[in-house]
Amino acid sequence: MKIDEVPQDRGMMNDHRKEVCYAVDDQGNYVLTGSAGWDPKNIANGQAWELIDKAAGAALQKVRRGQASPLFYHMARHQMSVGLLAKYAGVGRLRVWLHLKPGPFSRLSPAGLQRYAEVFDISVRELKTVPESHVSGSPSV
Amino acid sequence: MKIDFAHRQSAHCESGVCSNLLHHYGLDISEAMAFGMGSGMFFGYLPFIRVNKLPLTTYRCEMGGIFKRVTKRLGCRVNWQKFRSPERAMAALDERLDQGIPVACRTGGYWLPYFPPAFRFHFNMHNLVVYGKEGDDYIISDPVFPGPERCSHRDLLKARFAKGAMAPKGTMYYLKQVPRQVDLAPAVRKGIREVCRRMLRTPGPVIGIRGIRFLAGQVRKWPKKLGEERALLYVGQLIRMQEELGTGGAGFRFMFAAFLQEAATLIETPQLVELSRAMTDVGDRWRKFAVIGGRLCKGRASGDDTYEAMGTLLNECADGEASVYRELLQIV
Repeated sequence: MKIDEVPQDRGMMNDHRKEVCYAVDDQGNYVLTGSAGWDPKNIANGQAWELIDKAAGAALQKVRRGQASPLFYHMARHQMSVGLLAKYAGVGRLRVWLHLKPGPFSRLSPAGLQRYAEVFDISVRELKTVPESHVSGSPSV
Repeated sequence: MKIDFAHRQSAHCESGVCSNLLHHYGLDISEAMAFGMGSGMFFGYLPFIRVNKLPLTTYRCEMGGIFKRVTKRLGCRVNWQKFRSPERAMAALDERLDQGIPVACRTGGYWLPYFPPAFRFHFNMHNLVVYGKEGDDYIISDPVFPGPERCSHRDLLKARFAKGAMAPKGTMYYLKQVPRQVDLAPAVRKGIREVCRRMLRTPGPVIGIRGIRFLAGQVRKWPKKLGEERALLYVGQLIRMQEELGTGGAGFRFMFAAFLQEAATLIETPQLVELSRAMTDVGDRWRKFAVIGGRLCKGRASGDDTYEAMGTLLNECADGEASVYRELLQIV
């Protein structure tokens, strides 16, 4: 890649930061230069976020219909599986799975709720509620 | 309290950490040099390992390998530590900082607050250097970002104890002793030879040049085997592994070419300049592959942008790389 071919397609870096790219200058020597981003990878990254947002959106619908507890949405929003959430919360997988149902979730003790809230860095009150609509975690998409 | 540490931005986290730490102890080794000496170059298409339910492709060696090999080949003494207790891990970090030692930590990317939102995935292979603490904030030299960053105690603790596949478990490492005088040439030779052997002679179909050819064959089959929609996800994942933050472009191929160019003067083998150019050509081909993939994903493919064309490009990459490695083995 020549230095004047280094792409500057801003996308994933949301501010003025640039990443380093290796390119060849006029004399054929390698130099480090900044790149704001590149379309093919912005597209690939956007594709990954679409999947995450689709899963989170579907989870939100399920919670709104009363088929799952709010924990289900928060888990999806943070790209977590039951196994991963179990590890973060220090709760058994089976119990996490159970807490994804509205009934068992509503019977959780304050300490149990606190555990989950800490994983997501939110308050217990926020944990018990879900937003009107899902907002993507990646604003650049 | 802040250690006088020079933050230099680099393309890849581990080789960047390695280069910056050595630089702190008076060894001026560029990132590309560290990458080459540590034999970071690799290829593996491992469809039986899944990331987000998609096959894993890797363009670099195992995590931690670059730092391990560079320090070994230069004769540095290193300390690695893993922790069970987060409190102890943070206390040990503070202690080293008080002694004036910059410490590298392995972290998960998801919990680092200075990461742009688009990069926040559960990805547990990120390396950074902590070199100071002010109040509750740690001062961090994260090699992939342009300037020093800050991160609170709580966030860093979370990042160091990220869970999931390849959990870092608070891993931290630092240099205990660095020799004053080093001879870089043998380390460079060793680095190159290991890469060549690995890429040409690893048995089995999934690693090295054979891995690239295997992937080429698979790519051609994807649309039929998986259906259009899922095939696109596979392609997207490939591009992300190849290009996303931390490869310096073309899945480390440009970085390796830069290393060969630097090595040419170091070990006085001018033929390496020619091979560096050949590797750059291969890298350009990898980029072309990503361009076609990107167009397919976006639904903007023209007549020539097909899975067949991608497979052909990959085979060309394999041919190009193989001839570079073969020649390298003969002259180094």
